[in-house]
Amino acid sequence: MSLALQDNVTAPAGPQRISTFKLLLQSRLASIGLVILLLLVAIVLLAPLLPLVHPDQTAPANRLIRPFVTAAHWLGTDQLGRDLLSRLVWGSRVSIAVGFAATLVAALIGSVIGLVSGYAGGRTDNLMMRGIDMLMAFPYILLALAIVAALGPGLMNALYAIAIVNIPFFARNVRGVTLGLAHREFVDAARLSGKGHLSILWSEVLPNVAPVIVITMSTTAGWMILETAGLSFLGLGAQPPQADLGSMLGEGRAQLFTAPHVAIVPGLMIFVIVISLNLLGDGVRDALDPGLKSGALSRPGPVTRIDRTKPAPPNSQPEAILSIEQLETGFSNGNSTTPAVRGVSLHLDRGECLGLIGESGSGKSVTALSIMGLVASPPGVITGGAIYLDGEDVLSMPETRLISLRGSKVAYIFQDPLTTLHPTYTIGQQVAEAIAAHQSLGRRELRERAIALLEQVRIPDAAARADHYPHQLSGGQRQRVGIAMALANDPDVIIADEPTTALDVTVQAEILSLLKQLQTERRMALLFITHDFGVVAQICDRVAVMKDGEIVETGQTRTVLTRPHHPYTKRLIACVPEIGDGDRFLPRVEKLMASQTKEAAQ
Amino acid sequence: MTETLPQTLAHTPGTRRRAAAATPHALRLEHVSKTFGGGKRLFGRKHHAVEALKDVSLALTKGETLAVVGESGSGKSTLARILVGLERPSAGTIEIAGQDAEALTRQGPRAFGKTVQYVFQDPVASLNPRKTIREALEAPLKLLCGYDPEKRKARLGELMDAVDMPASTLSRYPHELSGGQAQRMAIARALAAEAEILVLDEPVSALDVSVQAQVLLLLERLKHQLNLSYLFISHDLAVVEAIADRVAVMHFGEVVELERAKTLFASPVHPYTEKLIGSAPRLNGGAGAVRM
Repeated sequence: MSLALQDNVTAPAGPQRISTFKLLLQSRLASIGLVILLLLVAIVLLAPLLPLVHPDQTAPANRLIRPFVTAAHWLGTDQLGRDLLSRLVWGSRVSIAVGFAATLVAALIGSVIGLVSGYAGGRTDNLMMRGIDMLMAFPYILLALAIVAALGPGLMNALYAIAIVNIPFFARNVRGVTLGLAHREFVDAARLSGKGHLSILWSEVLPNVAPVIVITMSTTAGWMILETAGLSFLGLGAQPPQADLGSMLGEGRAQLFTAPHVAIVPGLMIFVIVISLNLLGDGVRDALDPGLKSGALSRPGPVTRIDRTKPAPPNSQPEAILSIEQLETGFSNGNSTTPAVRGVSLHLDRGECLGLIGESGSGKSVTALSIMGLVASPPGVITGGAIYLDGEDVLSMPETRLISLRGSKVAYIFQDPLTTLHPTYTIGQQVAEAIAAHQSLGRRELRERAIALLEQVRIPDAAARADHYPHQLSGGQRQRVGIAMALANDPDVIIADEPTTALDVTVQAEILSLLKQLQTERRMALLFITHDFGVVAQICDRVAVMKDGEIVETGQTRTVLTRPHHPYTKRLIACVPEIGDGDRFLPRVEKLMASQTKEAAQ
Repeated sequence: MTETLPQTLAHTPGTRRRAAAATPHALRLEHVSKTFGGGKRLFGRKHHAVEALKDVSLALTKGETLAVVGESGSGKSTLARILVGLERPSAGTIEIAGQDAEALTRQGPRAFGKTVQYVFQDPVASLNPRKTIREALEAPLKLLCGYDPEKRKARLGELMDAVDMPASTLSRYPHELSGGQAQRMAIARALAAEAEILVLDEPVSALDVSVQAQVLLLLERLKHQLNLSYLFISHDLAVVEAIADRVAVMHFGEVVELERAKTLFASPVHPYTEKLIGSAPRLNGGAGAVRM
């Protein structure tokens, strides 16, 4: 079609999505919960059709028959001779209906309050949330009791009471999520598409909040059934002779010692309903909110898992301070491993700056993190190759030795200093901590060293600045702190992963010149990862171009820039607009892309 | 699609028509200021006020690309949000396609959306994660243009052609698209409203360089095909030089320099402009880094 189609090539052939329901069935416990619940619901729905005696039919002659004694009263009878099986089925019907109805009412009212409050913000939000706070300020069951006391005992009033006391759960949860969504760009975009507030709430915000509502419902439904039973147990819910699990339990209490089955049968039923709901609720939460999934929360190990099938390749660059040989790193999902780095070989001489350049998804960051085993495992796994640091294979080292080399021999500088610095410690403390990780010094000495480092990275008035928190610094100064921490233990190698991408151009220029100067002064080796050839041109001696997990070209920066060989390198260089290109830039790119598309087509 | 390409090539930026000055303004701002905060607290103390825009006057001529450059915190994004009606100025007047912005606001969001559209910096964040691309694109077609389902279907096809994407993309969800693809969809949504003025807020800064170049080419082609006017916000001067007719440099909420792109890059007047141009990285290595 046209030249711009190139970035479509990697897209999957067709959308493949796993439905939430399938995901839910993958969890065995959730499936069990679902099956039990469906079975129970089917039984109570079919209650009028089942061959059961009337639940309220008394027969004083047959009172307190034990279960499994007569076929006519399979679960026995209670103190009035009523059939327990029939009462159990009809009682569960009432309890489940009231519990679910209360959940729905609470979810509806609570979600509306939460949505409006979170979306409107300001005074409306304040007013509504203070109302919710007042509801929450009362002890939970006491409030329900007070409501029933005011309205009078009865099943419907119990339902209202339970729904009201549960509204805050929904309102709070939904408001929190809505608040985050209300200022998202897609909500602004919907406004610009001509949507009104109601339409935005209904069609843009609600679909994103719905999982939270469903999760809250599934985790509170069991609780609400329990509360219905509780109120009935106290005689405030179902009124005699109506059967309800709570009232059955209450009536059985008097015979607990002479005929325990009268209380145990409804008690077990409550247990089964609540446990099945909770199992299902957990499953629903896992399926709808993958972030909370038990597996994903497992902490990554201290070192990337190393699973080399082939022997480590020999070191072809014994002179180099860092030499990567045929490194292969992938991400395992279940049984298969998706490779991210496929046989990368690189070396870094002492005092040299090597640029590793590539676009997002090319594997450059994974390569950098693999060097010190920092790729999170699971899912990361190093499947082959060797990394020689000063002649010693990092991947064969014991874990403790590898960890001790982090920061002392090889240090990292990351892209966003705001996320790598701890928000509640002063920058002085954080630099001191970086020193203390490898050197045991007194407190005063640590502080002096920290200030000296901050001075070296040219933070003005370092002694005073050391007591500031990260948010009090500008982006450029935070990155200087990041550099100071990397320098703390005089490492031989510094790996900088897009250290200037998040910064403004003027600040970027300053940080680059600082890095260059520090690197020459201290004769450190610098591995500089970036996607910008303009930055490479300024700071790197050599450059390696990475694409789809492989190095496609390496060479002296000047040579690669002036005579690139690989078409991908040519494209990367040509696509960097430069000041002075002006309106010649776009026609040039257009011509290049057209010719490359033609080549690819042939 | 293929037949339109030669035309595009003929319209290289160098041969652009010069008579633009005679045509009326697409956007005109006069003495626009915006202050955030500053209201009174419950107990009479004043909130800390931030002046995001200070007395900004600008005009975007029809068919022109006016770039607004500046660093983070210079007020560029506030300016963009005011122009599309997402924020209201504290002072000053704005004219959009000859109409007063206040009058447009009173007519409701639809009137605004018909005249000016916005392309966000982060394309993935500007698309609702739970809606398909089709649903996202249908909203403006239905609400702003009032098309019936049949016409909407035809327009969807045209829009996908315009941004060089296969029609199958319509059934995708935003997370299934790459950054470049998502930005094309965001551009398609802005085009769907059939507004002739686009405010582009850093439309290429979140993209890889080669994708960035493709999106810039696309924007340039669309501008000529559909006769659009762009207000192009960016912090990348090299990109700006490649695409803009005129450039406004912003610094702490003020426009410090407003000049034709060629003149500005050849002989910057304001010291801040000079510093910005000096700091931009260059392939030949002789960059601002040395000039500190």
